[in-house]
Amino acid sequence: MPLLTVSDLTVEFPTRRGTLRALDRVSFAIEAGEILGVVGESGAGKSLTGAAIIGLLEQPGRIAGGEIHLDGQRIDHLPAERLRRIRGKQIGTIFQDPLTTLNPLYTIGRQLIETMQTHLRLSDAAARGRAIEWLEQVGIPAAARRVDAYPHEFSGGMRQRVVVALALCAEPRLVIADEPTTALDVSVQAQIITLLKRLTRDHGTAVMLVTHDMGVIAETADRVAVMYAGRIAEIGPVLHVIKHPAHPYTEGLMGSIPPIEHRVERLRQIDGAMPRLNAIPPGCAFNPRCPKAFARCFTERPDLLPAGTTEAACWLPATLEAPVHRAGDVNNA
Amino acid sequence: MLEAIDVSHQFDVSPPFLQRLLARGGSRQSLVAVDGVSFAIPRGATLSLVGESGCGKSTVARLAVGLYTPSAGQIRFEGQPLRAARAQPYLRRRMNMIFQDPYASLNPRWRVRDIIAEPLRGFHIVRTAVELRERVAMLLSQVGLAPADGDKYPHEFSGGQRQRISIARALSSEPDFLVCDEPTSALDVSVQAQILNLMRDLQLRLGLTYLFISHNLAVVRHMSDRLGVMYLGRIVELGAAEAIFDTPRHPYTRLLLDAIPDLENPGRSRTPVGGEVPSPIDPPPGCPFHPRCPLANARCRVEKPGYTRAGDQMVACHAVEEGRSAQ
Repeated sequence: MPLLTVSDLTVEFPTRRGTLRALDRVSFAIEAGEILGVVGESGAGKSLTGAAIIGLLEQPGRIAGGEIHLDGQRIDHLPAERLRRIRGKQIGTIFQDPLTTLNPLYTIGRQLIETMQTHLRLSDAAARGRAIEWLEQVGIPAAARRVDAYPHEFSGGMRQRVVVALALCAEPRLVIADEPTTALDVSVQAQIITLLKRLTRDHGTAVMLVTHDMGVIAETADRVAVMYAGRIAEIGPVLHVIKHPAHPYTEGLMGSIPPIEHRVERLRQIDGAMPRLNAIPPGCAFNPRCPKAFARCFTERPDLLPAGTTEAACWLPATLEAPVHRAGDVNNA
Repeated sequence: MLEAIDVSHQFDVSPPFLQRLLARGGSRQSLVAVDGVSFAIPRGATLSLVGESGCGKSTVARLAVGLYTPSAGQIRFEGQPLRAARAQPYLRRRMNMIFQDPYASLNPRWRVRDIIAEPLRGFHIVRTAVELRERVAMLLSQVGLAPADGDKYPHEFSGGQRQRISIARALSSEPDFLVCDEPTSALDVSVQAQILNLMRDLQLRLGLTYLFISHNLAVVRHMSDRLGVMYLGRIVELGAAEAIFDTPRHPYTRLLLDAIPDLENPGRSRTPVGGEVPSPIDPPPGCPFHPRCPLANARCRVEKPGYTRAGDQMVACHAVEEGRSAQ
């Protein structure tokens, strides 16, 4: 059984001008020890998915439908206090900016010790020893001395290492990492990615890695979910999604990334922009920008369907497999 | 077209006067943001400067359009010293700049058509209101917006569209030299592709020369003819972009290229290089890269490397000069 199962998760924001549906029937699962990447452009709903899972949706956002199960237990409708305990013990979080995660007034060691003692039975001495071990594991030199340092005494990359230690020290089953390397330079980014990957493998932790950087996903994740306008457009093993995307949006997204290996004359571009939440078209949300859209795409919303080795929310692969029934629709495109 | 000769720029980061007085002996401190940088951009070409945060690339961009005055060295535009060139309106209007953040660089209280028309009015490029309207419409359609969009305000546009407006404004004075400081860093990849394609098209059509600043190596490879890799205020490697990407010589360039996650070959093993960029207020002696460099030796720790020619590239590295770098 998967460690985390999200099924038909729908998040809405009631506003004066009507309800905005920011996540629309999002479903996926993460196995223990697996890294699921979540990519998409700003506003696609990737961070919101993470926030909904840990129960930290910003007001007035609310879960309007669907279920979230962690380790067999349904967590989306729990009272705040019980959810808080589960969140602290079973779910670790890593955010983009280490300075907002770390308390500037407490030493690094105190923050680690407090987190561990809240969730694990440890004596003061044992917790301190464990804190130093964690700092060593994330590659902080002279950990025994630096355990008593304050966050401002660390550089940006070091702080993000501490945040990784802080997220993992209570031995959570699931880590939600929201743009963990976006604020870092590439050389430091590579260090953090390697670290995150190694530690989660060692501890069998499941990871939901939210980022807009496809390169980071390719290096790190086992599977990837591509989000568009609050829905999952495609989900599958990371190499298959990159090399053989089934959804036209994924295809366009991959084509618009400048390759580093060689030079291309022109980048593929998807014209237009992602629709605003109050103007999502009926049918498939991508239909106004899709070069391959046909009649059915404008009326009926596709669910995730098997397409080759991935699953895509697109009528096209299903149509191509059964050309007899759908030939007329294709001609209308 | 634009030439920088041994340009340096320092910022004064001393504590305020009173604090210096009270602390007694607290002395002035300066930060060398750009240290002896030289390059030349031929007409119609793109020179990119790439490097991590704090390496001085944006400072070079500002020096190149005259927003800062170099502390030492000289920048020449069309063979004239930059200051003299900028004093002449007909030369000044031939250079312009595109900024990173399209949310901060457009005046929210102005209509788009006024934003674009400002340089036209300022340089007296057009005489009549009718001509002005036509020009603005032409500029808007040149960057892929509708002429009717001129009546709107910046907040009505998405990030990518705003960057198009910035480009239209930059083009309005008919420049042939544009400094682009991270023009796509604030944009999503699919929008970035639109803007990069637009910039390439405009370069071909109008014969523009770009000084392109970015931290994204893939974007830089896509855009550049020539490339300078910066580290702590110095250009450590300079040459034809393709040559540098094919055979990077400087250990820092290799580290950078190695650190980028690769979409086509993600499983490849990388040589992890530890450490981070040191503070430019207190740079290490000798070669600024030596604390992180796998090839550093005693000489690197004390002596600042000069430039060596390696292939078609200029490289500032003792290891390359001495042939210690295996390649």
